[in-house]
Amino acid sequence: MTNISRRHFLAIAGTGLASTALGFPAISFGAGKNVVIVGGGIAGSTCAKYIRAMDGSVNVTLIEPKKTYVTCFMSNEVISGERDIKTTHFGYAGLRKHGIEVLHDMVISIDPVAKKIGTKDGIKLNYDACVVAPGIDFRWDAIEGYDAKVAETLPHAWQAGEQTLLLRNQIQAMRDGGTVIIVAPQNPFRCPPGPYERASQIAWYLKNNKPKSKIIILDPKPKFSKMPLFVAGWQRHYGYKSSNSLIEWVGGPDGGEVTRVDPKNMSAIATSSFKGDVINVIPPQIAGKIAHVADLVDEDNGYCPVNHASFESSRHKDIYVIGDATIAAPMPKSGYAANSQAKVCAAAVVAKLNGKSAPVPSFVNTCYSLITPNDGVSVAMVYRLGAKGKIEKVKGAGGVTPKDASDAMRKREATYAYSWFKNITHDIFS
Amino acid sequence: MSIKFLIVILIVMLGLILVSSALSSAPTDTDVSVPSTTMLANTCAGCHGVNGSSVGPSSPTIAGMSRDYFIETMEAYQSGERPSTIMTRIAKGYNKKEIELMAKYFSKQEFVRQPQKYDAKAAKLGKKLHKKYCVKCHEDGGRSADDDAGILGGQWQPFLRFTMEDFTTGKRPMKKKKQERVSKLFKEHGQEGVEALIQFYGSQK
Repeated sequence: MTNISRRHFLAIAGTGLASTALGFPAISFGAGKNVVIVGGGIAGSTCAKYIRAMDGSVNVTLIEPKKTYVTCFMSNEVISGERDIKTTHFGYAGLRKHGIEVLHDMVISIDPVAKKIGTKDGIKLNYDACVVAPGIDFRWDAIEGYDAKVAETLPHAWQAGEQTLLLRNQIQAMRDGGTVIIVAPQNPFRCPPGPYERASQIAWYLKNNKPKSKIIILDPKPKFSKMPLFVAGWQRHYGYKSSNSLIEWVGGPDGGEVTRVDPKNMSAIATSSFKGDVINVIPPQIAGKIAHVADLVDEDNGYCPVNHASFESSRHKDIYVIGDATIAAPMPKSGYAANSQAKVCAAAVVAKLNGKSAPVPSFVNTCYSLITPNDGVSVAMVYRLGAKGKIEKVKGAGGVTPKDASDAMRKREATYAYSWFKNITHDIFS
Repeated sequence: MSIKFLIVILIVMLGLILVSSALSSAPTDTDVSVPSTTMLANTCAGCHGVNGSSVGPSSPTIAGMSRDYFIETMEAYQSGERPSTIMTRIAKGYNKKEIELMAKYFSKQEFVRQPQKYDAKAAKLGKKLHKKYCVKCHEDGGRSADDDAGILGGQWQPFLRFTMEDFTTGKRPMKKKKQERVSKLFKEHGQEGVEALIQFYGSQK
């Protein structure tokens, strides 16, 4: 050491600087810490990527049963035939390139005291922080006659992939003059405008291929997300409220709440019985299974209570919950919301692992709905943390597409909907 | 080991610690009610791409524009002076300080250009028209951010089409000099000229 030249020493010191920038163990407190992420959907994958981007010294393991993720958003276009499902397929090579270990397995246990997770294949992993992003599960007992087995003939298509194609194929096989029934769910549920974009997309298909057919939406709710915009769009394109309407909506107050389905007779029973050639039942929802197993759910509510600054579980320390499984109102359960929460959570996890407090968050959501391939409407909002530490909308911001927006502007919105799809999936999976 | 040498080591170690804490984990803000720059910028990626470089087909890349132009743009959306489908609703979600932080961040990001289909003949005409009508405020083929104007070179063609439509139909206001040049362009070359410019900008890699 004594004979080391000054030049050589500075070269070594310079390397030290570079090593630190890349996050090697020497000085960062986050170094060598382990984060396990349960669920590789929109929220989980975003969180994995952003933790690595914010602190490359943290080890991130993502556990997801599926080898290919299929997005729910844009799946309504697959159902109408406007989109090839392959464009909604995303693999995990991108995440692996960011140094995330991706295991295709299923988490079956989370021990919050020992800070250990267990998988179906028998793997046990210790964690310093665990992020749970399991999406939704269905209340299979909510509608008499409907369960997971019946869903193989009366699809929900509310988890994308096989179910999406099942519903698409049924509609394509349906005779001209047939009836498609959509049973919409009670609040809160994944993707509030989703059932109504689905009706719009199916109507687009029927208009161009089977114009004598009908869609009946049976809804327990008195109104729904972006309702005035959908109604106006259905009037523009689908003859809504006319004698030739492709779409009929029966709201809760008018007897739209379905309590039973009869698969053998292909009917959905509300205050009266509705027969359908295709019946799409979207049951009421709760947090994904593992959240219940891990005691992260408020069972009166069905979803997971979290600290809104960090998304740490209110029930168990060092476990975070993000995406559709959380109680994060006024944020909706949407893809963009999941992505937004995941980034806030990533920053909070990294801060905690480095001995700092969660940084001040900023959230955003935009939901695009395609009434036709050239007619798009949106709802947007910017959120911050309010005085009581709860997420709140920024006053005066956000809102829906103006009612008097021109056809040209709604055509632009449709292109922006496609741009959102490309950019957000690039953000997450590339 | 000499004292001088020990002092040098201590200074270098101090330097490493300071640099390390600046680079590692989430940045801390002095104002506790303002989200960090990263936190704010992260919200835009869903539509405007990672680090502000959109992969299209139409939502614009916002990386690389000057700080001043970013602020001017967000304020024009907030007031509604600039027409938009969604940006007025989004821009109203951020205060002056937050916009400044985002402006500083995006001005430092690289404008990553994606290949776009273009008409070579029209692009050739567009290059000429650009030199005649646009270059004064959109230097270097429209790639420069130095004039506090929008970066046109390599921007998504559908977005450029929307903005030119808004300019030429009077829906979006222009400063006097721009008004004169755009009017002259439209008068002498019409929609064909506008489209040629768009092809020229879209041809740039």
